[in-house]
Amino acid sequence: MARILGGITTSHIPAVGNAIANELQDDPYWKPFFAGYPKVHDWLADTKPDIVINIYNDHGLGFFLDKMPTFAIGAAHEYRNEDEGWGIPQLDPFPGAPEMSWHIIEGMVEDEFDITSCQELAVDHGFVVPMQLFWPGAPHHPDMPRAIPISANTVQHPIPTLNRALNFGKSLRRAVESFPEDLKVVVLGTGGLSHQLDGERAGFINKEFDRYCMDKIVHDPEALTKISRHELVRQAGAQGTEFLMWMMMRGALGDDVTEVTRNYHIPISNTGAGTMLLECGG
Amino acid sequence: MDITEFDHHTPIEGTTLFDGKMAMKGYALNKMCYSFNAADARQAFLDDPEGYMTRFGLNDAQKQACRDKNVLAMIAAGGNIYYLAKFAGIFKLGVQDVGAQQTGMSVEAFKQKLVDQGK
Repeated sequence: MARILGGITTSHIPAVGNAIANELQDDPYWKPFFAGYPKVHDWLADTKPDIVINIYNDHGLGFFLDKMPTFAIGAAHEYRNEDEGWGIPQLDPFPGAPEMSWHIIEGMVEDEFDITSCQELAVDHGFVVPMQLFWPGAPHHPDMPRAIPISANTVQHPIPTLNRALNFGKSLRRAVESFPEDLKVVVLGTGGLSHQLDGERAGFINKEFDRYCMDKIVHDPEALTKISRHELVRQAGAQGTEFLMWMMMRGALGDDVTEVTRNYHIPISNTGAGTMLLECGG
Repeated sequence: MDITEFDHHTPIEGTTLFDGKMAMKGYALNKMCYSFNAADARQAFLDDPEGYMTRFGLNDAQKQACRDKNVLAMIAAGGNIYYLAKFAGIFKLGVQDVGAQQTGMSVEAFKQKLVDQGK
């Protein structure tokens, strides 16, 4: 049977894609951010997952407001990284795992999570930047797992609640663990932490709230479900709602996890940037 | 820290929640900006901005906000920042440029404000 080894979170800021393209990892601005990743690389080299479930939020490449799925799951043989309009270098396609995608879709709809299935899905920086951070050279890293993208709506309110996000992850776990093939799976939760790009409050970052979320998500994610969506916008900023993706990931890890590493740095671009690796099992 | 339930009708200062009402209001503007994912669309806009905006059915307020490259006015006219970022990209404006414009700060001062929040 398939099993989930652990979960990794990271911010997915577009500027990171440019920093990687320009090899700025040791630049003074970027060094405290990239310092969060070597322990993740070591863990991935040791565990070598076969499948990566990449939970991210599309920013207006794969989906538009004409049809906006609350939860969408890719079921394609490959995922193309296309032009987003502002000049990030585009990467080669990422190989998919459509058999497991369909198994997850079947299982979650049976579990009463109604999913939008996508046999074509262009993936933006929200998907590819974390892949580049965790598997340098992606998608051509020798250990690159096959990918299943899951996108949640944070573009247009109403967005899902934090409670729904956590329960989504729990349902995802049940679906993955019932897949008959003996595959190792890692789950990514990408985006956040606090940031706001729009309005007179642009540039808002909330270190205290970010640290609270990073502390609670390890052993007490249920506490975070008490935060309303409105409160999340107020505390994390309008785009800090991407923390939903972290909650979806956390739900997929089960009750007992061990924190392997974490990093937090302000600012990367306009954002409080957080990275965590949680291994399944206490 | 104190995390309490929040009155959903209390506005958040300096923040527009992009909900169904705003999505309806801004649909034409956001659809135009979404088209800028394609390089040929970006060029078509630069070649004939007025014709391009008319083709997408922008209203007068949306057109004027685009002419002025005024981000707050674009948001007030229903623009969503994720799509507006693609408009900004045509003019090589990054999120710090956009942030500085909206807060009335210089780009340097805006960047310093970001750094200061880490202290």
